[in-house]
Amino acid sequence: MTPRVLVLRAPGSNCDVETAYAFEQAGATTERLHVNRWLEAPQLAADYQILCLPGGFSYGDDLGAGRILGNQLRHHLADSLAAFRDRGKLILGICNGFQILVKSGLLDIDDEQGPAATLNWNKSGRFIDRWVNLRVASDRCVFLQGIESIELPIAHAEGQFLGRDDAALDRFEDAGQLALRYAEADGGCNSQPYNPNGAARDVAGMCDRSGRVFGLMPHPERFIDRTQHPQWTRRAKFDEGAGLQLFRNAVGYFA
Amino acid sequence: MLWEIDLHPRAGLPDLDADGVAADVIALRLAQKVRVASSRGYLVQGPELSPERIERLARELFADTVAEEYLVGQVSDAKLAAAPERIAAGEGTQLVQVLLKPGVMDPVAQSAEAGVRDFGWEVDAVRTLRKYWIADATAEEVRAISSELLANDAIEQVIVGPLPFDRLQSGSAYKFELKTVAIRDLDAAGLVRLSKEGQLYLQPAEMETIQRYFVELGREPTDIELETVAQTWSEHCSHKTLAGRIAYRDEDGDRQFENMLKETIFAATQELRRRWGKNDWCVSVFKDNAGIVKFDDQFNVAFKVETHNHPSALEPYGGANTGIGGVIRDTIGTGLGAKPICNTDVFCFAPPDTAVEDLPTGVLHPKLVMRGVVEGVRDYGNRMGIPTVNGAVYFDRRYLGNPLVYCGNVGLIPCDKSFKEPQPGDLIVAVGGKTGRDGIHGATFSSAELTHESESLSGGAVQIGNAIEEKKVLDVLLEARDRNLFTAMTDCGAGGFSSAVGEMGEKIGAEVHLDKAPVKYAGLSYTELWISEAQERMVLSVPEANWAELHQLCASEGVEATAIGTFEPTGRLVLKYNGNVVGDMPMAFLHDGRPPVVRQASYTSKPVAPLSTTNTMSVADSLQAILGSLNVASKESIIRQYDHEVQGGSAIKPLVGVQCDGPGDAAVVRPVLGSRRGVVISCGMNPRYGDFDPYHMAASAIDEALRNCVAVGADPARIAILDNFCWGDCERSETLGALVRAAIACHDLSLIFETPFISGKDSLNNEFSYFDDAGQKQTIAIPSSLLISAMGQVADVAQCVTMDLKRAGNLLYLVGETKDELGGSHYTLVNNLDGGAVPTVDGLRAKATFAAVHRAIGDGSIVSCHDLSEGGLAAAAAEMAFAGGLGVEVQLDGVPTGTASLSPVVKLFSESNSRFLCEVAPEHAAVFEGQFASLPVAQVGVVVESPLVTIKAGVETLVNVANDQLKESWQSPLRY
Repeated sequence: MTPRVLVLRAPGSNCDVETAYAFEQAGATTERLHVNRWLEAPQLAADYQILCLPGGFSYGDDLGAGRILGNQLRHHLADSLAAFRDRGKLILGICNGFQILVKSGLLDIDDEQGPAATLNWNKSGRFIDRWVNLRVASDRCVFLQGIESIELPIAHAEGQFLGRDDAALDRFEDAGQLALRYAEADGGCNSQPYNPNGAARDVAGMCDRSGRVFGLMPHPERFIDRTQHPQWTRRAKFDEGAGLQLFRNAVGYFA
Repeated sequence: MLWEIDLHPRAGLPDLDADGVAADVIALRLAQKVRVASSRGYLVQGPELSPERIERLARELFADTVAEEYLVGQVSDAKLAAAPERIAAGEGTQLVQVLLKPGVMDPVAQSAEAGVRDFGWEVDAVRTLRKYWIADATAEEVRAISSELLANDAIEQVIVGPLPFDRLQSGSAYKFELKTVAIRDLDAAGLVRLSKEGQLYLQPAEMETIQRYFVELGREPTDIELETVAQTWSEHCSHKTLAGRIAYRDEDGDRQFENMLKETIFAATQELRRRWGKNDWCVSVFKDNAGIVKFDDQFNVAFKVETHNHPSALEPYGGANTGIGGVIRDTIGTGLGAKPICNTDVFCFAPPDTAVEDLPTGVLHPKLVMRGVVEGVRDYGNRMGIPTVNGAVYFDRRYLGNPLVYCGNVGLIPCDKSFKEPQPGDLIVAVGGKTGRDGIHGATFSSAELTHESESLSGGAVQIGNAIEEKKVLDVLLEARDRNLFTAMTDCGAGGFSSAVGEMGEKIGAEVHLDKAPVKYAGLSYTELWISEAQERMVLSVPEANWAELHQLCASEGVEATAIGTFEPTGRLVLKYNGNVVGDMPMAFLHDGRPPVVRQASYTSKPVAPLSTTNTMSVADSLQAILGSLNVASKESIIRQYDHEVQGGSAIKPLVGVQCDGPGDAAVVRPVLGSRRGVVISCGMNPRYGDFDPYHMAASAIDEALRNCVAVGADPARIAILDNFCWGDCERSETLGALVRAAIACHDLSLIFETPFISGKDSLNNEFSYFDDAGQKQTIAIPSSLLISAMGQVADVAQCVTMDLKRAGNLLYLVGETKDELGGSHYTLVNNLDGGAVPTVDGLRAKATFAAVHRAIGDGSIVSCHDLSEGGLAAAAAEMAFAGGLGVEVQLDGVPTGTASLSPVVKLFSESNSRFLCEVAPEHAAVFEGQFASLPVAQVGVVVESPLVTIKAGVETLVNVANDQLKESWQSPLRY
């Protein structure tokens, strides 16, 4: 079956076009839909197998990255989202999408004391665009199957994964949720520091306990074609970007 | 009830804002020692907000409780003002609170209001607030810290101690009153006074023309009519200086221009288009918001670069923010709408290490100007989702008080949407942001809620953008374009509705109902509505049959769209407010009524002075000093703050090489996903050459922009360029003469290279005046600054090359002839030398060279290529080496110098144009050389494994320095 992907747009989303393109290259059909349409008709999510929250600055990140859209999901679409997740479907949040997922309660982050992790301002206090090396640190996540390590770009200001305390981080770690980590490079363009935003336990992406909801700061949709890599002029020829595998895994899940 | 929510970093986490302030206080010597704590917060007012609800909003909307702690209370609550524990307050800790002045755009507050409403609760108003607790500094030092560092008086208000109000209020109602201006009986002096005091800034002859017009009409103008004429005839909107009559004199004699730009730069493009005939690849030049050229079968590309200098001098963040926002709107409003695909930004600042003592009163420190400008561009471009892929930063003491901020944008536009034509009877529709007092010169704005007294706010220069509003507008307009819902569109830039409607309705006529314009707050007069420069607004011409669909489309994504009038086929501009006619003038008078003014321009050429040669550093030290000079030094700390990869089309990034930190020559993006066709963006500029001869400066800038483009693989036969002149006071004949001379060079080189100018812009009067310690008026004029921006194309981005060395054993070729041209070079800069000959351009040979390099890149014989510019051969070789992590051995004896015999210093550091260093594999050497049959080219070195830059002349070793050392010199000056 060819899965249908709902790429959710909101005011300030801006990676929706290339993310939809990446899913299409992986064999899915996609629709870029404004959040207002979903708010008007919460049941429409039932028509899709994958929900993708793309990168950007939803509502300007004005009250903290992903906060306003995260609250909209919590306040108005909780039932629709719960049904989506419970039916074994997939949810992917990239960059701002990850920030939204963290704030939406969909990543199994919250406990009785409230949120136990967040994405804080980068250690430098600034936006940063660069490529990083990543390693997969859990076999839980559907999107990361068959991947051990991968190079991808990051482009964010609020991407420092931060736990409330060690106990919270241990809990995520034990559940296999801290699936994607910044890694030391052997070669490649990842100059120091290898963990550019100061993330706790080098976390670049995490999934929920089921492994079907996944958020990551790096942008896999920006490495679909080899000419997107910063060093393609230095490397032996290859055609496909490694980021495509994440989208293939999502599409393949419904094969 | 007015609630306050303060957010502090959670115990154990850094207070980033406070740490930054403390570091700046010491760096700028505002105090000997200081400790700072900070919080950010919100003032929230709403009828339904109980303490429990405010607590919940703090927890679930405003605070990130993993990273932050919140404090809530009423504004007067003492616990909110108490110094936090982390500052361990002693005696004399002072609380400084910073708020945006009323009426200044505050997107965060707007989002906060929406966020509160999403909880289902009504809210009257939200304002944002920053608080600083400052210890160890004197009261006087705290005042200095507040005004220099914490707040910008142009947009922000500082309150030391508690807030002196307990309510947030919005503006008061406007009472209509038609105002006329008595102009008919004024004498010459009276007209000059009216022009100045009314902030019309018109010439005496123009004032007389207006006077005559209304005398003949037998009535006085209304205020809005006078403002409309002033806006339409302003330098900004009509470019009357450069597009006007000029009597020019230089060493070749006198020349009279009826329209200087038309007879130089435009004329060259027209000639090229004639020459090309059916192969003409220009689509729309010098008439729309941006120039348009062909790209592929489906799409054209549009390119525009603007300046936003004066606003950025006053408020760097807001000025740069609205600068990039404005030029993006230019592209969006080109034809029937282009999709912005990348930004380019070029800045000119005084050196950031300028001594604090050397700053004239009232001048922001260049370090703060630079930071504000970079952050302003960053926050707008990143939020719009447009990659910023190219740029440059130039430093010169003369930019003190008058920094330059050039912002450019490229757009992709379907071939069949590249032209627009408003139709008689179409509705005039305003889309996007609401209108406020933003950008009205001299407008005063009541701020009763803060000070309980009227406070004057000079809105003319102070605007903050709201990128998300513009993104929303972009999203719906591209959809509306594809559904053919409108016939024309333009942006609201300078002059607001006045210039947008005036421009669109020029050939038809228009009737506007100003009371219909949506407003941010009550109290705007009809004239303020008409000339407000509030951001993020577009004006569309919409056939009545499409209005309902367009309105519905906009509403579906939360974008305001309002019909404010009709393009009536009367040839008149009629302005109404609540049914009252407040203005009525023929379009012909507005657009063609301006009296011609003849300006004098003169240029006296300077003889070449011999190069002073005393006390120079060694070659190796000179190289290190050049790499570490501000213009050459790595801009990585700026570049990485911009998202240069969003939209997924980045093919050659601004930083390249083995550690992704080498200086790429030009950026390449693929604007169409799934296609490998690319757009190449680069720029050229060298204000230092203008001190020698503006002709050669302009020629060099064009050559540099083109060779940067060609160096990565662009086809030199498909490069379009833009001119942006930033000049001093052109009422001075020599200043205008320098500009005319540069424009003549643009004309000449455009024809020789067969490279069309497709758009351009000028910013004149870039001078800064102040009173020195002795009370004498001093004026600093900027150096003549011509930016050439280039947009090239490549058929397949996979054929592009980068500048980093690839493999030991490869050969290094120098393409192009080196001449004795050290005048204005960085070698003379770092050694404090005067004189020398400025680089010139041999256009025909340069054109042949660019074509040959392009062929060699196309046949795959070049694996890396770098243009030679500041620092000449030495700097280029060093950059290629450390970017590639490989060494080079250069032998100077073979450097092509024509018939001249040049010293090693000249060979290494001359900045002669049209030169490249190319890395070629030995097996491709013959093919490579074959492309350069009769052109100067020679192998000058080899790539080696050991990471050292070695340069020899004969047997003498001039340079033998490790890559790491060179790279450190290059990276350290502007590191974070």
